[in-house]
Amino acid sequence: MSKIEKDEISGVDTTGHEWDGIKELNHPLPRWWVMTFYATIVFAIGYTILYPAWPLLRGATPGVLGYSSRGDLDKSLEAAAASQKDLADKIAATPVAGIMKDEKLRAFATAAGAAAFKVNCVQCHGSGAAGAIGYPNLNDNDWLWGGSIDEIYATIGNGIRAPGNASTHASQMPNFGGDGILKPEQIADVANYVWTLSGGKPDDAAAATRGKQIYADNCAACHGDAGQGNKEFGAPNLADQIRLYSKNGSIKDIEAQVTRPRHGVMPAWGAKLGDTAVKELAVFVHSLGGGV
Amino acid sequence: MVQVVNTIDPPQFDRLDAEAVNSAQKRPLYEARVKIHPKAVAGTFRSLKWAVMAVTLGIYYVAPWLRWTRPGDAPDQAILVDLAHRRFYFFFIEIWPQEFYYVAGLLIMAGIGLFLITSLFGRAWCGYACPQTVWTDLYMAVEAWAEGDRNARLKLDAAPWSFTKLRKRALKLFVWLLIAVATGGFWVFYFADAPTLLRDLLTLKADPIAYSTIGILTATTFTFAGFMREQVCTYMCPWPRIQGAMLDEHSLVVTYNAWRGEPRSGHRKKAEAQGLKLGDCVDCNACVAVCPMGIDIRDGNQLECINCALCIDACDAVMDKVGSSRGLISYSTASLYSDSVAGRPSHWHWRMMLRPRTAIYFSAWAAVAIIMLVTLIGRERFDVNVIADRNPLFVKLSDGSIRNGYTLKLLNMKQEMRTFRIVVDGLPGAVLTAEGDEQPKDGALDIAVEPDKLKPVKVFVASHDPRIVGQEATRFDFAVTELTQTEKPEGGNFEAIFHAPRD
Repeated sequence: MSKIEKDEISGVDTTGHEWDGIKELNHPLPRWWVMTFYATIVFAIGYTILYPAWPLLRGATPGVLGYSSRGDLDKSLEAAAASQKDLADKIAATPVAGIMKDEKLRAFATAAGAAAFKVNCVQCHGSGAAGAIGYPNLNDNDWLWGGSIDEIYATIGNGIRAPGNASTHASQMPNFGGDGILKPEQIADVANYVWTLSGGKPDDAAAATRGKQIYADNCAACHGDAGQGNKEFGAPNLADQIRLYSKNGSIKDIEAQVTRPRHGVMPAWGAKLGDTAVKELAVFVHSLGGGV
Repeated sequence: MVQVVNTIDPPQFDRLDAEAVNSAQKRPLYEARVKIHPKAVAGTFRSLKWAVMAVTLGIYYVAPWLRWTRPGDAPDQAILVDLAHRRFYFFFIEIWPQEFYYVAGLLIMAGIGLFLITSLFGRAWCGYACPQTVWTDLYMAVEAWAEGDRNARLKLDAAPWSFTKLRKRALKLFVWLLIAVATGGFWVFYFADAPTLLRDLLTLKADPIAYSTIGILTATTFTFAGFMREQVCTYMCPWPRIQGAMLDEHSLVVTYNAWRGEPRSGHRKKAEAQGLKLGDCVDCNACVAVCPMGIDIRDGNQLECINCALCIDACDAVMDKVGSSRGLISYSTASLYSDSVAGRPSHWHWRMMLRPRTAIYFSAWAAVAIIMLVTLIGRERFDVNVIADRNPLFVKLSDGSIRNGYTLKLLNMKQEMRTFRIVVDGLPGAVLTAEGDEQPKDGALDIAVEPDKLKPVKVFVASHDPRIVGQEATRFDFAVTELTQTEKPEGGNFEAIFHAPRD
């Protein structure tokens, strides 16, 4: 049984605990320490009443204050939206060409558009909008569907070959190889010719000469006599140095595209993000390489 | 008249019942602090300490209220750390964040200056100018005013609670609190326009940050100067530990000249009657009673001693009374001390300040000062930061040329509108364009920058030149010239790199 006794050497009481003759001196905790400890208990009781604390089967007790970190976020988002309301309302009311003329609106739209781009567009166009094979680079000065602010705005809003959107860019290149419109030899010839349009050297000069007629008969209607393209149909410029479905361009890549053409698809963002966000995106994309 | 000199009775002096709280004999590893009640003292060094206190506190409380007219929208407060706008103003000097090295230089000067002063005069900083010392001194003065001198305070401490005790304590704590609030309150005036902030503070409209800063500094002043006092110096501050490396045998430190004082005795008549030869120390404990650190200087130079020299004043007063010469406790050096012990008493001379150590400290200190001054006088008030686009590094244009994008940040550090012309220098076939409606004319882009502002300009540089397009990276310059000022235009070449695809 425990027996509290006075230690002879130190003059301090023991706790009465003894282990094989070793006794424990009773040095109580400092008062400030004990008081602090009690204070934390009192604090904890208050805290569990005011804030979410006790786990239940689903969720936890909500607490008297009804606090949640999600609610905090909502509040700060609302506050941010409220602080930007003037500019956002103006952007909603101004046509996109008008935004470009107002320096303050334009700066705001560019920043907002950059944020929207990072969420919605980088998956295909890349974080720097530099694109990839099959996904256009938005920094350069070659625009399939036009690079003016109104054209960019229309393209983003209605999408490209977007299902269910009446105003979307819908035109497609005929399936020359797959549908047997052109024979493989003819495709090889026209590929040789198209390669020369952008300054390339044909594999076979005679084939390129033969290809010129095939081009005039089958391709010039959309891509133009000199291969300059047509933004009305999204027909790419074949005479410049920018490729969509090839890294650096080659006759083989041209052949592949003519044989079984690939077509890009972009959602109609107007329906998903709303008109204001599309305007902001258009202003931002225009700042990258637009105006052409 | 014949003057009668009393040679029989020893002169009268008060023997104080004082014991050094931190004397060498009683320093166990762990012990509760015993409160120190220093006795009031008068003398040369006490006066010096009052003077230093008046000057340092005066500077602290007055400096934020000085005005200095600046052109444009710049604030008119002489000393202002404008955190919101990232500017630091000091009279005619304005510092931008990237010029923070001036502040670093000042800190280096303060550090080396502390070394210099310490090697010359020991812990003069600790004894006279350290905020902990100054505010503690002020609090002790208030304490003495409210509760009386040492003996009265000791009595009051021991007395049971009564109305008088409560009144005295409350008065003391109230005045302490006022000083603490003023200390914290004036700190924030260095960070905002002082008159406006004072009005906001009083009408409860100031930023919560201001109130919490005042609160924290009030609390630290109140506890550090009121209750912790010498413990801050002994346990919290690293400087007492560092000073050991800074002192040498020629540094002036407060010294009890034991060679003169020992053997000490409080019962001189009796001892002399027994034929003992006594030193000058009459063991009156005055030096112990006045010590704010609770030490006995007669234990020798020690870590707790802040070299405030109040014991010198106390001892000199007693020496005057008993008719001995002053200087039993004095500012002295270890080498003078050992000379005296060896029977070659000598005095301090200013030439002893000239030593290799002090020369090195002083040259280092002066070198930093000169470098800072020279760079400050010749510093540019304009700069350009060139930030190249990294994503994408380059863009191929339809004609096959390669284009790089750059953000040029133009920093106009003057309080006036200035226009700068940007051209591309050293890049064959380069074509400069800019984002937006303002386009370069003949390859030169003119940009107006508002006073005291940074203006970012997005520009594009394209080149079709095979010498460039084939290269992975080519160095070139943005050459910037000022158009506004013709007398002393600023500008220069700012380096950039042009990236092209590696084929």
